[in-house]
This record gives sequence, structure tokens and C-alpha cells, in this order.
Amino acid sequence: MSALRPLDKLPGLNTATILLVGTEDALLQQLADSMLKADCTSELKVHLARSLPLPCSVNRPRIDLIVFVVNLHSKLSLQSVEESLCHLDAAFFLGKVAFLATGAGRDSHCSIHRNTVVKLAHTYRSPLLFCDLEIEDFRAAMAQRLVRLLQICAGHVPGVSALNLLSLMRGSENPSLEDL
Amino acid sequence: MDETLAEFFRRTILKIPMTEMMTILKTWNFLSENQLQTVNFRQRKESIVQDLVLLCEENRASLNDAAHLDIIYTQFHRHQKIWDVFQMSKAPGDDIDLFDMEQFKSSFKKILQRALKNVTVSFRDAEENSVWIRIAWGTQYKKPNQYKPAYVVYYSQTPYAFTSSSRLKSNLPLLGQALTVASKHHQIVKMDLRSRYLDSLKAIVFKQYNQSFETHNCTTSLQEGSLGLNINMDSRIIHENKVEKERVQRVTQEIFGDYPQPRLEFAQYKLETKFKSDLNGGILAEREEPLRCLVKFSSPHLLEALKSLAPAGIADAPLSPLLTCIPNKGKNYFKIRDK
Repeated sequence: MSALRPLDKLPGLNTATILLVGTEDALLQQLADSMLKADCTSELKVHLARSLPLPCSVNRPRIDLIVFVVNLHSKLSLQSVEESLCHLDAAFFLGKVAFLATGAGRDSHCSIHRNTVVKLAHTYRSPLLFCDLEIEDFRAAMAQRLVRLLQICAGHVPGVSALNLLSLMRGSENPSLEDL
Repeated sequence: MDETLAEFFRRTILKIPMTEMMTILKTWNFLSENQLQTVNFRQRKESIVQDLVLLCEENRASLNDAAHLDIIYTQFHRHQKIWDVFQMSKAPGDDIDLFDMEQFKSSFKKILQRALKNVTVSFRDAEENSVWIRIAWGTQYKKPNQYKPAYVVYYSQTPYAFTSSSRLKSNLPLLGQALTVASKHHQIVKMDLRSRYLDSLKAIVFKQYNQSFETHNCTTSLQEGSLGLNINMDSRIIHENKVEKERVQRVTQEIFGDYPQPRLEFAQYKLETKFKSDLNGGILAEREEPLRCLVKFSSPHLLEALKSLAPAGIADAPLSPLLTCIPNKGKNYFKIRDK
């Protein structure tokens, strides 16, 4: 089982690959379907995994963006993501990792506090996105956003790199996070 | 017909929803076809009920007939009651007597009537050698309360009886005694099993839930129905953990089987265990007394929900045996103590 490295493989022609990591398969599947429906000039590939490390595979293309999906209703999903993060090469955290928290809309079902994921994203210096993946419209909008992120991370958008994007997204975050 | 009986008829018929009215009246078979045709079923419900009560009066309906109608209504609406399960046993060395339904009924009735002067007992035979018993409780000085009856469903070829939880709990020992003696058993024990769904309780207790009628090849069903994926899966989506998913699916199928699960609404665990902690020290770690705690799982269909936990990624497979043993052990109330 090899560690994932961002630049150890050659990119495919006009191909962008995203890896969605999360314990709840149904949510990942729905998000993947929504992403593939979005308009995109690049060829998209979506890989779904429950956790890292990934099983050994020679045929896997280069992963351009990893999104960790945490369900705020389930402590198990947060625990699984935290354990997976240890198996990721540090170079990924230069703009190729994002966190997605779902389930914030149903506050009474949340067993993980919002701040916990905010701190997690801050610790790994990666952007955090909130979206209720169960609602189709929100999911479609988030899918569109992720496709744009993916294109940038794959280098398909001239003039913007993953690292550029990271500092751009960081600027819009709440400044009080620096105090955490 | 006296007023209280007429009122009882009125209220019982009023309970029946209009969509089921004809079916239930025909099952009751007390009013003839001709009589039913004289009633205008397009009026307001109160008027229909009034007409029906008048017809009952014409036929000189008795309390027994009213009780029969009540039993039929309950049979159609068995989910409105919560059912407990009792298991009887014979003393070791007892002969196996031939069961006589009429003798059981008369014996049961006599025992109750001897103990409580005022009690209404009615019987209705049902499928699989079972009998539905309706009991309206009274006391030495009060007439039976027809509006809070208890129901017992006894399967004569088995030692099991199902009772609807009655609010008048003080009569439970008497009921148990009457059942035991009338059916020529020695002892009766209440099982830790309770649900609204009488048919599911039956399936669990008679071990009928694990009969699946399909006989197709095991391997094909794993591949086709497995992974919970759409058949029209996009080839651009790749599942990295296919092996793990198949394992989870296989383990779930081994534990829960392919058949539909019996329906329960909850499982309750009473814990009386000492506090165990990985951290050394802490206030609770040194406590000698066990902690008492109650954990209750509720769901519209508990066992199907448990079955879908691991494939949905919400829990690891295999699930705790405390959850998976529910149909096997025939229990949904557990008391857990330190060994």
C-alpha cells in the first residue's frame, strides 16, 4: 500500500482526477454523479474511497484533488478522515486537499461541532466547504464548484495554480481563525 | 337492548374506518345481506352508524356479538396495540395431553369467572389453530369495563401466547394462571420481547423469519445486487475499496440473510456495568458500584435499519452481537451485567 504522492505520475491528456474520501458511500456516489453531470471541458474521473491508504493499484491515474467528506451527524466519519490524513504525503496540502462538511443543516442531528471541522481544516491549511449533500440543488452547486477547483488543481486553467488558489481562498476566511 | 350495550355498539362501529366497513361487517356476519342493503352508505358516518345500531337491535344483538365485532376490529388493526409474548412450559414428566379447544375455552372462562365475578370473556378462532380471546375486566362490585379489554392470542399447538399490554396490570397474574391451567401447562414466563407487529413476533418466536423462497445462485446475487450500485454506473467513477465493500456486503448477508427482517420498533439495553476507561484515574474509574444506564434504539423497522448500517458506512461490519442476536434469541429487552 503506497502513500499517495501528488506528482509521482504523469498527467493524462486533458484528464482531471478527483478522489473523494468518506465513510458514507451513498453520499459520495451522489456527489460523483452530480460532478459528472456538470459542464466541463476536461475529461473527469472520480475515485471513491472509504479511507486512506488506498489499496495498491498500478493503473490509478494521477490524483489532482482530494476531498475529504465529513458527515457532521457521524463521529465515525470524522474519525476515519482524521486517520486517513496521516497517510497522505505532505506535498498534497499545497492546495490539492479540501474538506467538505455535510449535514450542518439539520442541527439536531449533528454530533460533531462545526468548530471541530473548522479547526481540522485550519490545522491542515486547507479550505473547508459546507454543503448539505442530501439536497439536490445544493449538491449540484457544490459539484460545479468542485469541478472548477479540480480543473485548476489539474492545471487546466491557464494562469492559476493550486497554490495560487489556496492563498486566494484563504484570504476570504474569517480572520478570527488565526487565533485558534 | 339496554342503553349501555347500544352505546357500546355505537362506539365500536364508529371506530371502523369507512373503507373497511363492509369488509368488517361481512366478516362479522351478524347482519344479513338484505339488512346491509337497506342502509344508505352515502350518508354522514354518524347516520350510518345509527342505522346499523338499529339493525343490531332488531336482531337482538347481545354483548357477546358486540365482543365479537370488537375482536374482528382488533384483528384488522392489530398494529394499534403493543403485544407481549409469554411462554408456557410443562413440568418435567407431564404427559402430553391431546389439546381440546372447547375444553380449553370453557376451562379458561371458568377460572376467570370464579376469581372475578364480573368479567366478559369472548373467543374467536383464527388460522393455524389459534384463538383470539377478548377479556373485559371488572371486579366483585363493578361491571366489566368494555372499553379497556385485554386480548390474548394463543397458538394451541405451541406454548406461546401473545397478549396486548393492558393498562390494568393487576389482572396479569390471574390471566397468566388461567392460560396456564386451561392449556394444561405448569408454568408461564414473560419473554423479553415486545412489539406492535404481531406477525413479526410470531415469525421470531416460531423461527419462521429465515425462510427465503428464492433459490438462485448465491454468487450471482452477490455481484448483481451487491455494492448497492446502480446498474447504469458511469465508468468514470471508480470505487477504490471494492474488496472491502464486498466483504462488508458478504458479512452483512451472512448475519442477516437475504430474507426480509421481522419488524420491531425498538431494542432496549439496561446496563449495570462498572465503568471501564482507557485513561488512568478519573472520578468514575475508581467507582465500585456499577453504573446504571439505559440505551434504547428505536426505528420504524429496527432490524432493516441495523442491516443497512454497515453497507451505508455508518458502522463497521460485523456489528456487535448484542444487536444481531435479537431475532435469534427472541429478545429485544436486554440486561447486561459484568460477568
